[in-house]
Amino acid sequence: MKNYDYRKLDWPLIMCYLILTFVGWISIFSAVYDEDHAQIFDVTQRYGMQFIWIVTSFVIAFAALFLVNPKLYSTLAWIIYGLSMFLLVAVIFLGIEVNGSLSWFEIGPVRFQPAEVAKIATTLALASMMSSYQFRIKSVRSIIKIIAVILLPMAIIVMQKETGSALVFLAFTFMLFREGLSGWYIMFGILAIVIFLITLSLSPFAALIVLFALLVIARGVLMRKILIHILFLSVLLPIMILSPRIGELDFIFNRFMMPDEGWLAVIIVPLFVYHIYSTVKHKFSGMWLATLSFIGAVVLVFSVEFFFEEVLKDHQRARIENLLGINVDLKGAGYNVHQSKIAIGSGGFSGKGFLNGTQTKYNFVPEQSTDFIFCTVGEEWGFLGSTALIMVFLFMIIRIVNLAEKQKDHFNRIFGYSLASIMFMHFLINIGMTIGIMPVIGIPLPFVSYGGSSLWSFTLFLFIFIRLDLDRWK
Amino acid sequence: MAFLFDKKTILTVGAIAVALVYIVQLFNLQILDEEYKINASNNAFRYDIRYPARGLILDRNGKILVGNETAYDIMITPLEVKGLDTADLCSVFNLDINDVRAKLKEYHRDRRRIGYQSIPFVKQVPGWQYTIFLEKSYKFPGFSGVSRTIRNYPFNAGANLFGYISEVDTAFLNRNPDYRRGDYVGRTGIERSYEHVLKGKKGYNIFLRDVHNKVKASFSDGQYDLDAVPGKSINSSIDGELQQYGELLMSNKVGSLVAIEPSTGEILTLVSSPGIDIDKLAHINKYFGEISADPLKPMFNRAVMSPYPPGSVFKLVNALIGLEEGVLNHDTRYSCAGRYPVGRGVGCHPHPSPTDLTQSIYMSCNTYYCYVFRNIIDNPKYSSVAAGFNRWKELVESFGFGNKLNTDFHAEQGGTLPTTDTYDRIHGKNRWSSLSIISLAIGQGEIGTTPLHLANLAATIANRGHYYTPHIVKGSPDTLINFNFSEKKFTKVKPEHFLEVIDGMYLAVNSPPGSGATARIAAVKGLDICGKTGTSQNPHGKDHSVFICFAPKDNPKIAVAAYIENAGFGATWAAPIASLLVEKYLNQKVDRKDLEAYVIQGNLIRNVLK
Repeated sequence: MKNYDYRKLDWPLIMCYLILTFVGWISIFSAVYDEDHAQIFDVTQRYGMQFIWIVTSFVIAFAALFLVNPKLYSTLAWIIYGLSMFLLVAVIFLGIEVNGSLSWFEIGPVRFQPAEVAKIATTLALASMMSSYQFRIKSVRSIIKIIAVILLPMAIIVMQKETGSALVFLAFTFMLFREGLSGWYIMFGILAIVIFLITLSLSPFAALIVLFALLVIARGVLMRKILIHILFLSVLLPIMILSPRIGELDFIFNRFMMPDEGWLAVIIVPLFVYHIYSTVKHKFSGMWLATLSFIGAVVLVFSVEFFFEEVLKDHQRARIENLLGINVDLKGAGYNVHQSKIAIGSGGFSGKGFLNGTQTKYNFVPEQSTDFIFCTVGEEWGFLGSTALIMVFLFMIIRIVNLAEKQKDHFNRIFGYSLASIMFMHFLINIGMTIGIMPVIGIPLPFVSYGGSSLWSFTLFLFIFIRLDLDRWK
Repeated sequence: MAFLFDKKTILTVGAIAVALVYIVQLFNLQILDEEYKINASNNAFRYDIRYPARGLILDRNGKILVGNETAYDIMITPLEVKGLDTADLCSVFNLDINDVRAKLKEYHRDRRRIGYQSIPFVKQVPGWQYTIFLEKSYKFPGFSGVSRTIRNYPFNAGANLFGYISEVDTAFLNRNPDYRRGDYVGRTGIERSYEHVLKGKKGYNIFLRDVHNKVKASFSDGQYDLDAVPGKSINSSIDGELQQYGELLMSNKVGSLVAIEPSTGEILTLVSSPGIDIDKLAHINKYFGEISADPLKPMFNRAVMSPYPPGSVFKLVNALIGLEEGVLNHDTRYSCAGRYPVGRGVGCHPHPSPTDLTQSIYMSCNTYYCYVFRNIIDNPKYSSVAAGFNRWKELVESFGFGNKLNTDFHAEQGGTLPTTDTYDRIHGKNRWSSLSIISLAIGQGEIGTTPLHLANLAATIANRGHYYTPHIVKGSPDTLINFNFSEKKFTKVKPEHFLEVIDGMYLAVNSPPGSGATARIAAVKGLDICGKTGTSQNPHGKDHSVFICFAPKDNPKIAVAAYIENAGFGATWAAPIASLLVEKYLNQKVDRKDLEAYVIQGNLIRNVLK
């Protein structure tokens, strides 16, 4: 540790870290505030406990910076990964049940969630694996390995009934994208979500029309005949939309009874057969991929209902229905988000001021100190404060990405990208749900939400990276 | 897939895009959308109503007739009740332990719906009980008191006049959107007629509450709280002492006693007996069943609602009409041999004969008025019996009979007067004559007047020809009340004719013994009482005893009507009662202790209930 000049530590990141933990602490104070316990250091209250978590996380940060030899991370990566998988499984049998999930160890007064550490462990394993010389990301073997390393903790965490935490692991996709994974995977992922949402909130009929329009455009792009395809599409779109009216024509009336999708198929199937024929004939590169994607998406459309009704649990379905406005129940599944929006909305431009938030202070917003901590910021510090908080996160994520990009060592770069991706995922889901853009998925806002596990592991995650970053100056 | 940018840039732009979308949504929620701000104030504030004290009702001398005292509604917040000693609680409020257990069970069943709301547990607990509760309140978490004003009545009188207040019910709320559940409203009497003056304005305290409705703190230290505005007081025209005395005189009698100040129309006393016991008025809900079931109908204000045949006091009206119509003068004499001899005849009582006008009044000769009445109806000035009758009716109505006087009693009724149609129906068109309707000559038959009408008649005669609409409220010390009670209402009889009648009334009371005067029992030395007895025939039982009078003869201060059901001759009960009231009012004391004792002890209710 004597080899480094500590002035080279990335102080902007450390400043952001200090800001976020401080904002978190006072927001928790405000959210839980109670005149009988007006002392911010009162450890019988959450803000007192959070103070202890913050202080101990400083110790962790110090240890990560000065006590641990960074070489150990890549050396011990798999051991750490193995240990954390063991903990993940063990917690199912030895942990306590909190809100229906089996993801917490309880040791005396301290609760600890191994899923938080699993993010770091998985990052280490991936970084170790992908930074080796033989590794080629485009090979099927490598992709299978990567998927296995990511899916294993996800599967165990789903078994703990912590679906939200499991979803965070999807964030590694961003890192993989940087490391050479084709952008199509992300595109397909986004497309699948969009199709899923259109099918649910509008109809399978609408989703099919969108899909076919996309296929026509893709065909135009790949054949380099964009104009003619768009013209064709502009004629085709009204026909597709009006296709169910065929059933109302006099000479057909009541002879063929079909759902809307059936009439649409009458138009699409001949065109699609022609498309297959021309694809076989002309062998445009990438056309098969587009065509198969189309077929896959059509299958997705027809399986959405099955997935939605049979695979998702009641509360998950209710949250999605609430988000899409299909079935809004302000007293049930929609309650949290509605109250959260009221709290944030009531903050106005500059907020109600510290400790003056009526909505969060008086328990209107459930989970206000943990998952919905952003409400307190929104209510008490208003548009200015919440925008500022978003900017701090954005700055941190971009800064980590930039620093990662500068790393000479692949291990360090992959580690940095993983950190940025996971932070981004938390930021995306957590703030998104409090403002009603994302469905309610219970994951904390890094450094801000109440809780030792989350704060400790994000601190460790961040400071390992800051320490790794010092290697650049060797 | 070929990208225009390197992957780092794409990821960065993606993150920036998400941040921008979120900032736009925040802008939308926090700045553009008003809905969430409005919602927040509903969410977090709890308005606790502060009930105003109701306005006082004062008597004409400024004494409090209807006041306020503080009572407490004991509220329970079921979710905060812990370790309750039910027996102890019952002993504080003197409750039945089984009732309380049943109540608590009910709250427990509804605990989700109630949440942290407070709901009334015991209503209108008196102050002394509340003090005991306060001392022990540390033992009863979840219970608290809210002050409400309830009525108290320093004078043991006037229950029917003041009326009662009670909590609004659903039907009332539907008609009156300004009221809220839990408000009290005047239901009868002055409380009802002057509800708008007395009620005051509610205020509120704003509290911050949490999602469970649990009150957390006063909002901004009460800076935005609104004080309740107490109701305005009312100066009643009632004389509290006199009212109390009137009710004493009327005890154990069924009927009415009304006194008016002739020079203003202000009602000094208005007794409808039996009335509601004033001790029950403040807690009317408790006694409502009992009061409604009483066969004597204490809620029914006979004095302004019940139409009775006026009996002989109506002779005064016929005399005045005869004078006005010119069919009668001071010296007109008719002899009486104990009955009016035409047709089926009308009986009379023994008295010196013949009588002139004055004598006919103080001796109350039936025969005399049969002649007078027939002369009025059959007056050759008019083409037909119907025309003569209509003229008579027109003059009668000018005294206020047959219609509501438009007093400030919301329950006032107008009595009844017959029309030509009435008689066409009974006898056939043009098949009736003055003889068919001869009962009207002596105030019997198809005529109904309220005791208030009769008191107003006394006041009209006292004023020599005009009256002011009787009313019970003079004004308010706190506010301006718009009245139309200062307008003189003239009868269609010239004032000079009244002098003749007044002479007769004076002599009816103040003649020497043996003169045949009917109301000598009413005489009080020095008061110059002028009166007229009546004995209203009652086919259902004993005759009603009627008396109207005013005093003194010159510059009268008080006009009284007494109407006692099933009490016999006017002179037996009504005249003593009315004259004692006059004596009390004018002399501030009563010297005729024997008469007073006789009246107070007289129990006539058995005549009614037989």
